[in-house]
Amino acid sequence: MSSAEAIQPVLTGLRERFPEAVKEVSGHRGEVTVELRRERLPEVATWLRDHPAARFRHLSDLSGSDYLDREDRLCVDYHLYSFDHNVRLRLKVRVSVEDPHLPSVTSIWPTADWHEREVYDFFGVRFDGHPNLIRILMPEDWRGYPQRKDYPLGGVDVDYIGAHIPPPDTRRYKGGWTST
Amino acid sequence: MTQQSEQRVNQAEDLAVKPGEAFDLPPREAARPVEETERRAQQIIAMGGGDWAEVTARRHAEGDDETMVINMGPQHPSTHGVLRLVLELRGEEVISAQPVVGYLHTGIEKSAEFRPWVQGVTFVTRMDYLSPLFNETAYCLAVEKLLDVGAPPRAQALRVLLMELNRVASHLVWLATTGLELGALSVMLYGFREREEILDILEAVTGLRMNHAWVRPAGVSQDLPDGIEDKIRAFMSDMRGKIDEYETLLTRNPIWLERTKGVGYLTPERLVELGVTGPMLRASGLDFDLRKAEPYCGYEQYDFEVPTATGSDAYARYQVRIAEMRESLKIVEQVLDSLPGGPVMLDDPKIGWPARLALGPDGLGNSPEHVRHIMGESMEALIHHFKMVTGGFKVPAGEVYVSVESPRGELGYHVVSDGGNLPYRVHVRDPSFVNLQAVPDMVTGGLIADVIAALSSVDPVLGGVDR
Repeated sequence: MSSAEAIQPVLTGLRERFPEAVKEVSGHRGEVTVELRRERLPEVATWLRDHPAARFRHLSDLSGSDYLDREDRLCVDYHLYSFDHNVRLRLKVRVSVEDPHLPSVTSIWPTADWHEREVYDFFGVRFDGHPNLIRILMPEDWRGYPQRKDYPLGGVDVDYIGAHIPPPDTRRYKGGWTST
Repeated sequence: MTQQSEQRVNQAEDLAVKPGEAFDLPPREAARPVEETERRAQQIIAMGGGDWAEVTARRHAEGDDETMVINMGPQHPSTHGVLRLVLELRGEEVISAQPVVGYLHTGIEKSAEFRPWVQGVTFVTRMDYLSPLFNETAYCLAVEKLLDVGAPPRAQALRVLLMELNRVASHLVWLATTGLELGALSVMLYGFREREEILDILEAVTGLRMNHAWVRPAGVSQDLPDGIEDKIRAFMSDMRGKIDEYETLLTRNPIWLERTKGVGYLTPERLVELGVTGPMLRASGLDFDLRKAEPYCGYEQYDFEVPTATGSDAYARYQVRIAEMRESLKIVEQVLDSLPGGPVMLDDPKIGWPARLALGPDGLGNSPEHVRHIMGESMEALIHHFKMVTGGFKVPAGEVYVSVESPRGELGYHVVSDGGNLPYRVHVRDPSFVNLQAVPDMVTGGLIADVIAALSSVDPVLGGVDR
């Protein structure tokens, strides 16, 4: 993982160029996290990709999480890697469940396409500007966002088109699926 | 010797392949690029199926009788699992392709949030089932990073040893299935034959052929059994010759060349844009390998090359994977030669949970000494054992992203802890998931037969894609 010194020029540049976009910079276990305001995400991302001090051309990973105790519960992390400088950086953007909108970065890193679909699928974050934001791993008629923390593990009724399957622990087959 | 047979011998010598040699055919005429206007706007095709009437109706409404839409998969022997490709064809030419995934989704990431940290290993090993040890190691490295501890040197070396054997096994499955799909049936038999030998070794070490759950946070569960080192060495000396054999079969085989040269070509720039890593990226000339870029588990001690090729087509990916198998064997040999002694689990009773197993008349089970100790001698030991088994250990709050170089590319784990004994969030960046996105770019404008070759050059494992 990148050393904290190697990333310093990038952080300085970011603060100078986008003073109002950067909410917080933190370090943990040698990893640097920059928390951003969502409005400026595309600009900052483009700068990080193209600026010679940064050159984060590789979006390693884009992952969502849900922090139940926060007001802006939903959190999206962008893990960037720079081939040129061999450093990593994590961008973090938080949105609320009531307004889960976030600008898409598919035009900056095309690899974000499926990642954003996955985060939408499991957390319900809407990526504005995504070319094809539909569920990717869950069935398309699934209700709810399964990896949110208030979504239970198991015990969920499954609705397929034209068929209703009760949860496994209550399921009985009597010439058709019934619930006990 | 008659003149005829002499001629035959000479011909055979000409055809003999030197190891690692690439044989170049004149480049094939490039497939006609599809005009932007010909390419359809991405239409929404959902996973559940049942949308067929809709898709075809749209075609007819557009008055288009020229093109045909076909479904390849999800049950198709050449899609490496349950992948569905929706192909639009004009004659034999692919106009558009859309991969549809999700058929193997089992909610592993969600399930992992409901089990102690140690049990997470059992989940993640089942994702990419051809490289279980990479999943385990990456997950454990992430947990160790959160704990701010490291595994002992012997455990690190053993992880490298088994990971590299696993890499060879994984590449062998790739070689075997690709051979099968492109009509080289003998390669399929050979690949699976040698893979079975590796799985025997893995079984002897971990107890299971796949889904080992052998790597644990802060170490590995068990040390090597007696006599396994000789078995690995014997296998290795065998294996080098076997790789040469595969090359003799394929590297200059005209059919193989015809099927793979120029197929699935992507520029290095496009590969980087699409986030593609692993052998696919290295086959385009970029020598990005996490074992060199961000060494983990002591990879910096071993002397090995990062093989690259320049073709960036299915053939170049074949060259890279073959060369990687040789490099992996080199690493395995070095690990065996320099294997440090000492424990295989961190000596910290709060975290390390070594397996205390013994072979009894009824098979492998808990060691009688350990059972005697906790049941008869020490109440504290019993309490500790009980707490470790039922609750596991707590991990300080924080989040990390750790990635390792799996046979398919960057395998990353984004792990978040809230300070409890269960993971708060485990997200996996599976290389197959990302690499599959490159398929539409690779096959559009080519022939439908090349879809198979291009897809298999990605080497996707759907267990990892769908998780």
